[in-house]
Amino acid sequence: MKLNDVPQDKSNLESAGFKELCYGVDEEGNYGTKTSSGWNPKKIALDQSLEYINERIAGFKQRAQAKEISPIQYYMELNRMDLIVLSDYVGKWQWQVKRHFKINVFNSLSSKMLKKYAAVFNVSVAQLKEIDK
Amino acid sequence: MNVDFTHHQAAHCENGVISNLLKHKGYQISEPMAFGLGSGIFFVYLPFLKVNFAPAVSYRPMPGLIFKRMCKRLGITIKREKFKSPENAQKALDSLLKKGIPVGLQVGVYNLTYFPDDYRFHFNAHNMVVYGKEKNEYLISDPVMENVTSLPSEQLDLVRFAKGAFAPKGQMYYPTNVPTDLPLEKAIKTAIKATCRYMLAPVPLVGVKGMRTVSKSIRKWPKKVGIKKTNHYLGQIVRMQEEIGTGGGGFRFIYGAFLEEAAEILNNPVLKDLSKEITTIGDLWRDFAIDASRLYKNRSVEFDGYNKIADKLLVIANKEELFFKKLKKSI
Repeated sequence: MKLNDVPQDKSNLESAGFKELCYGVDEEGNYGTKTSSGWNPKKIALDQSLEYINERIAGFKQRAQAKEISPIQYYMELNRMDLIVLSDYVGKWQWQVKRHFKINVFNSLSSKMLKKYAAVFNVSVAQLKEIDK
Repeated sequence: MNVDFTHHQAAHCENGVISNLLKHKGYQISEPMAFGLGSGIFFVYLPFLKVNFAPAVSYRPMPGLIFKRMCKRLGITIKREKFKSPENAQKALDSLLKKGIPVGLQVGVYNLTYFPDDYRFHFNAHNMVVYGKEKNEYLISDPVMENVTSLPSEQLDLVRFAKGAFAPKGQMYYPTNVPTDLPLEKAIKTAIKATCRYMLAPVPLVGVKGMRTVSKSIRKWPKKVGIKKTNHYLGQIVRMQEEIGTGGGGFRFIYGAFLEEAAEILNNPVLKDLSKEITTIGDLWRDFAIDASRLYKNRSVEFDGYNKIADKLLVIANKEELFFKKLKKSI
């Protein structure tokens, strides 16, 4: 990549106002660096990935609101977590967290456990139980 | 508590931190040099491991490995410490800062408030340097940022004790012993040889052979998992290749810069030619990213497009095989 070709497209970096450093060659073919505000193909890939994740989240939200699954699974997705991350944060085994995904198991969770989940997801226990529309 | 520390922006956090810490000690080790000495260029395909709901593809070795290898090859001793409690972690950090020692930290990205929102996911192997503390604010040199920044101590606790895979456990590190004369020439040769060994490994999921396997998989995906998932998978490959921290072209350009420096240090003009060659290959990776992004943006249902992309990857794999064979011989 020529330094002159270092892309300056609009990107998701803009929200935080930063540019990333790129390596490229000058006219004589010697390496140097230049900052880039973003590159379209990258933005498309990232947006596409976010879209995919948001679709998943919307699906879990619907199912949680319909009481098919426990809200924990929805909040886990919403916070971009997976079982490994979530179980580590609440200090439980992965199989235990997985059990809590079942709506009837969730309904029988102790208030202590509910508080723990609520704290990890940064919501109130009421919000945890009843997802906002 | 404030250390006189010069911040240099880097393309990749791991090399950036070590390069900045060594520069602070008076050693001019550039980011590409740190990257090359740590054999940072790599390729691995792990189809059975899903990252972000797509088969894992990585253009770099495990987090921390570049750093470790580089220090070993240069004979640098690094002191690393992990902690159980945030209180002790903070105390230890503060006492080092009091002594005027800038400290490298492994942190999670999710709670880094200064990061763009779209980049805040649970990735726990980010690296930064803390070089001072003013009241409750820690002064931070994050190598991917253009300028220095700061975080309140509660916020720093959160990122130091992020949970999940690669949980940092408050890990901090700093060089304790650096040889006065760094054995650069020897280290460069060892590092290049190792890189060639990894990239030419006779394993179907690693190096050049790994790229060929991905190429084969791309041809099968549309029928096997459907167009939607295929597009998502391709998007993930492009993200791993071009996203922040890679310097673009799947690290090829940083490696090109390394070879240029190495050519001068070893007085070996062949390495300069090879630097040009890997630059051209980096451009091919970028073309691959452009074509892939077009494909999933247009949501084309033509299987032909996916075959063309797969062909492109195959061309890159062949060129890289030749490149690393030449590189191996040049040392």
